[in-house]
Amino acid sequence: MQPQPTTIRVVIAEDGVLLREGLAGLLERFGLHTVAVVGDGEALKFAVAEHSPDLVVTDIRMPPSFTDEGLRAAVELRRAHPDLAIVALSQYVQHRYAADLLDSGDGRGIGYLLKDRIVDVEDFIAALRQVAAGGTVIDPQVISQLVRRRSDPLSSLSAREREVLALIAQGHSNSAIARQLVISEPAVGKHVGNILAKLHLPQTDDTNRRVLAVLAYLRDGRLG
Amino acid sequence: MGVRTGNPQTALEALTCRRLLASSWPWRSAGYLLTTLPVALAAFVVLAIPWLVLVARLTEGGYQAGVIVFMVLFAAALTGALGPLIAPPLARLERNRLRMVDNRPAVSIHRAPAPAGLVSWLRDRYADPATWREVGYACLLATLAPVLSIAALLAVPLVGTFLVSPLLVLAQQPGDSPVALGFGTAATVGQTPPYVIVGVLLLPLVPYLWTLLAGAHAAVARALLLGETTEQLRAELVEVSRSRARLADAFEAERRRIERDLHDGAQQRLVSLTLRLGLARLDLPPDSSAAESVTAAHEQAKQLMAELRQLIHGIQPQILTDLGLPAALDELADQSPIPVTVKAQLPARPPNQIENTAYFVAAEALTNVAKHSDATSAAVTVRQHGTMLTVEISDNGHGGADPSRGTGLTGLADRVAVTGGRMLLSSPVGGPTLLRVELPCNHNQPPFG
Repeated sequence: MQPQPTTIRVVIAEDGVLLREGLAGLLERFGLHTVAVVGDGEALKFAVAEHSPDLVVTDIRMPPSFTDEGLRAAVELRRAHPDLAIVALSQYVQHRYAADLLDSGDGRGIGYLLKDRIVDVEDFIAALRQVAAGGTVIDPQVISQLVRRRSDPLSSLSAREREVLALIAQGHSNSAIARQLVISEPAVGKHVGNILAKLHLPQTDDTNRRVLAVLAYLRDGRLG
Repeated sequence: MGVRTGNPQTALEALTCRRLLASSWPWRSAGYLLTTLPVALAAFVVLAIPWLVLVARLTEGGYQAGVIVFMVLFAAALTGALGPLIAPPLARLERNRLRMVDNRPAVSIHRAPAPAGLVSWLRDRYADPATWREVGYACLLATLAPVLSIAALLAVPLVGTFLVSPLLVLAQQPGDSPVALGFGTAATVGQTPPYVIVGVLLLPLVPYLWTLLAGAHAAVARALLLGETTEQLRAELVEVSRSRARLADAFEAERRRIERDLHDGAQQRLVSLTLRLGLARLDLPPDSSAAESVTAAHEQAKQLMAELRQLIHGIQPQILTDLGLPAALDELADQSPIPVTVKAQLPARPPNQIENTAYFVAAEALTNVAKHSDATSAAVTVRQHGTMLTVEISDNGHGGADPSRGTGLTGLADRVAVTGGRMLLSSPVGGPTLLRVELPCNHNQPPFG
């Protein structure tokens, strides 16, 4: 709940009326300014053109197709406005969705979260702010599944290193990870170093580059 | 089956028809009875001659009991040996002849065409119960049928004689013996009117007699020579599987409706409620008892959200509805505690029911793999060959999966059977286990036309 120097202007796209109002109320409560609330992908594109917001929060499953309407609108919007931050909310983990979003630009200013996360209001708002500031936030469940899927080289990681990896992928800085795991920051640094070395990833202090490298590695085993 | 249409289909059915006399049935029946005679003669020559010879010899007398028994057994063996050779062609002829008095299709009772090769042909012929039913029919044809047919046909000269009895008497030369008329005789024209009256009364009954006897004969022929029972069974089976398929379809539709209702209604409200509780929590002083209970309520609501999501997922996974089988299987694999490789490439989305069945088969199978097999990896492969969708789930566990233990596999087999597919399981002790399910998958038509 730290005060934001400039108000973040948000467009919300969500077809469920109750949830739409709930989201708008939530953002208002935390001082984000909702400039438009829409119910489908087409309307989202119009609203962005009209209001040029800083952040779009969109449901992926929307009318008329009820499949990935919101995702397609988001990818299109990113192509037209590479700086537009987008958080996509998904009913279920779909790796392709996360991948499509990350590929729709340089991977900055992208969030992919399960819809249920919004009820953890503070974490959710923190994630929105992080994305609005150009960060990358991927749902922990996506990460844990990717880690499990690519089991071979990751098996060399210790349990603690896996925890740290999951937090890196969610875009946390070393100090944030230290706070969350209740360990010292140098200890986190050591873990991060070990992870990157074990996965043969380039060492970097830039949180976002680190996230993208890890995600790219998890997604298809290539270096980012 | 069992549904009577307006027109009678057999001679027996025609009997209850008011317009029988005006219909073609009596004439068809007469034709049937008439043609029975030469066929019966053929059967008689082959089947009855050994017995006639036997009877002729026995009437001469002077044989010992042992010899008599031997001769009876020999004649029986001869009938048993010859019967299966002549009965099937005879039966084929009789099935064709049945059309004269039976409009329904005549299907052979033989299971399949006789196999090639003399030995296997003979074995097939003597071992097939259908052959022996045909032999039984041939025996009846050789004995009872001609007697009844002749009796029915003789009704014509009898009644004819009654009707023309006055003329016959008039044609008598003086001194001739009286004219024999059935049960009595007539010497003068004056004695003939009762016979004429009986003849007039009997005349319309003759067609009924023909139709009755031909119909009865045909009914026996149908019972012994035709696969009517199997045909009837098959018809009933088709009806049963159709109704089962309708039930399954209705069940499927209901499941989707419940999923949609839960998702659009309860789940939305619950998320919104949880969100409100989360916000309310922030507005309360952190140490107050109100904050404590709102926090507890928020946590409970979150738990309920997870449970509801799980429930909806079990009813009908949304990812399956939205994105189809490959994506849903990927998700399934991701949730499995052991590594699962998914290979699923389909040219198009299968019909709903097939897609669901394939998904739930894979889900149940993977649960079994994780629970019972001690496997360290598993694979799911979905392929389409023509109009068949195959789903294969294999694992490297210790095998020994037994459908009779537990209801999981049987439940799967039932689910598969409803779609008209089949399930095959190979699980030797020591592994590996392979479960293969084949589902009919026609993209253009619903599975039950």
